[in-house]
Amino acid sequence: MVGISVKERFFGSWRNTIVTVLFALLAALIILPLVNWALIEATWTGTAQSCGDRTGACWAFIAEKYRFMFFGLYPQQAQWQAFVATGLIALPMIVTAMPRFWHSRLVVLWLLSIGLAVALMSGLFIGTPVPTQQWGGFPLTLLLAVVGFAGAFPLGVLLALGRRSQMGIFRVLSIAFIELMRGVPIIAVLYVATLLFPLMLPAGASLDKLLRVQVALILFVSAYIAEIVRAGLQAVPPGQYEAAQSLGLSTVKILRLVVLPQAFRAVIPAFVTLGIGIFLDTTLVIVIGLFDFLNTARVATTDANWLGFYAEAYTVTGLVYFLLAYTASRYSLWLEAHLRPVAAEPSKQNMAAIRFPAGEKGAIVMRVSRESVERPA
Amino acid sequence: MSVQGRPGGIPPGLNRFQSWLGKRPLLQLGVLAGLVAGALFLGYNLIANMDRVGITPGFGFLWRPANFEIGETLIAYSAQSSFGRAILAGALNTALVSITGCILATLIGVALGLARISANPVVAGMARIYVETIRNTPLLLQLFFWSATVQTFPPIRRAFEPLPGLLFSNRGLFLPSLGFNDGSWALATVVVTIVLLAAWVFLRLSMKNRPRERRRAGFLFLLAAGAGLAVVVALGGFSVGWPQHKGFNVTGGLAATPEFAALLFGLAVNSSAGIAEIVRSGIEAVPKGQIEAARALGLRQGQIMRLVILPQALRIMIPLFTSSYLSLTKNSSLAVAIGYPDLVSIVNTTANQTGQALEAIMIMIGIYLTINLTVSLVMNQYHSRQSGTVRG
Repeated sequence: MVGISVKERFFGSWRNTIVTVLFALLAALIILPLVNWALIEATWTGTAQSCGDRTGACWAFIAEKYRFMFFGLYPQQAQWQAFVATGLIALPMIVTAMPRFWHSRLVVLWLLSIGLAVALMSGLFIGTPVPTQQWGGFPLTLLLAVVGFAGAFPLGVLLALGRRSQMGIFRVLSIAFIELMRGVPIIAVLYVATLLFPLMLPAGASLDKLLRVQVALILFVSAYIAEIVRAGLQAVPPGQYEAAQSLGLSTVKILRLVVLPQAFRAVIPAFVTLGIGIFLDTTLVIVIGLFDFLNTARVATTDANWLGFYAEAYTVTGLVYFLLAYTASRYSLWLEAHLRPVAAEPSKQNMAAIRFPAGEKGAIVMRVSRESVERPA
Repeated sequence: MSVQGRPGGIPPGLNRFQSWLGKRPLLQLGVLAGLVAGALFLGYNLIANMDRVGITPGFGFLWRPANFEIGETLIAYSAQSSFGRAILAGALNTALVSITGCILATLIGVALGLARISANPVVAGMARIYVETIRNTPLLLQLFFWSATVQTFPPIRRAFEPLPGLLFSNRGLFLPSLGFNDGSWALATVVVTIVLLAAWVFLRLSMKNRPRERRRAGFLFLLAAGAGLAVVVALGGFSVGWPQHKGFNVTGGLAATPEFAALLFGLAVNSSAGIAEIVRSGIEAVPKGQIEAARALGLRQGQIMRLVILPQALRIMIPLFTSSYLSLTKNSSLAVAIGYPDLVSIVNTTANQTGQALEAIMIMIGIYLTINLTVSLVMNQYHSRQSGTVRG
């Protein structure tokens, strides 16, 4: 297929020409009515009445409802808090997305930023608390997805290590947990959290529903993270463990300095793909009655004054999901390309050479991260 | 925590259990004891709470009448039927939508995957837009979209009929059905004889120069096809049932309710995007040199696909297809959001009506786990046979 001119690709043979024309026609058949609906015949301002007079999209509905669609039942006068909280939830994610900030101090940023966002959302700073039943819309979706992923990460790493561990009980527990979570639909886990778990608390005790759902989501996601980390661990050559062990590093140091960095690097694109999946799958909390970003759009269409503008609501919501998910998938491709040369050839300045046996001819030369050698073992 | 692979054999001075347990036995036993204690605490509370509202734990409720209707079932069911039968009906509905969904998703997905690698930019571009749109929007949003689309179909009396026997209406989709008549065994015998004869002639003529294994595979395939055909013919051959208007209703043919149609289509379209990517990456993973070599040998385009690309691409694709099918099955649980009575939706109703949330959810989790673990087990077997290594 290489070396074919552009013209040939479209009109190379009479058969190809027919295919091109037919598919271009099909595209026109889909795109033209869509453009007509979304732009030409659309109503941009006015009431439901003025929308009813025209055949196109009713963007006036979105103009009327966008606050509800983005913030749900969150009190109107306090919506700036939800808005700031959204930024605070997104901030650590955006910082983490940039390889130059990869450092263990990120954990502090995560904890501070998410903690502050939750405090803001619950209304700690204005004195009037906002119960989680009133949280909704985009901030809720983002909170569920981001905390679901970030919270599941450490647990997933532990599960992956447990699955490969030589300690029998930990290994069996990890395998059982991972296979259980991966074997059931997410809705089953959400049902356990909302239908079953309240029955398991002592009489009189209760736990916030959003918290239960968030924990359920974390547990569910951690099993998937564990499987990705496991794949990463399998990609680290056994020589790396042996070399690190022969340097006298402790098990924790071997993991932290040698094994896990290489394992993570191998599977970062898989993490991004999983993250996109979680972001899109948080919509399932609709089934248990939370007002996430998709549910607020759905509910907005049931307003008696603005009845049945499904297409408009779902188009806007779908577009937001699409833009974020598509950006993330592009980012994943960029990151993969960005990391590849580093993984293949580590920079010499950061590496120290070690010879076995020392000073002899024909010794095995091994390069390890300088940090791991220079620190007192 | 130690991370390297398990060494073979049991170290001296340890029994099997100690060797299995490994290092830090006290910590491990402590964690296990903590988990068991937590589970006991929750379980105790659960029983106490159920006792307080007068529910006895156990599966006895499965035999009590369910007292709720189910919109569509594959087995006979009425409100007087038991909860057990209701759950079975739900499980069968899940199976129905999953299996038909997998078939439909494969058909759409393979076509799309081939379109994705087409040299024609219009075809490849349109397939790409489709795949990106589907993969980057929530499945539930897509299901809402299909559900709303089905509702905009015309009422039955003015049903849209693009092809004879294919009706779209807001009461569902209607297709012609293939039924079996009372049959004659004689016809079956004749067909089997003809198929076997044809197989023999075909093998003698076309596969003379093929290796032994291929010949045997071809023969077995023909035999299976013949047997299948014979069974169909023995059951009396086909009879086609056409959907027909009867006032406000349609009789005859296959009917799909709007919920089923929306769910089936939504799941199939959603999975087809993933399958298209699997097909594309599987085919692109075959080294270019293979294709060039095949071309140099003078193979035709179709032969290159059939003999060189597909056998290698399939090896990569099959495990991924399986996990696609498994996630489609798990995704079918979203039926509950658009009103199709699948397993999850009926378990939910059962839990709400009886208060036996624990038992109902256990049944649901048990069914999904059984399906998933069975398929993973089969796939691991397949994988280890293919690569000659066992996955850790």
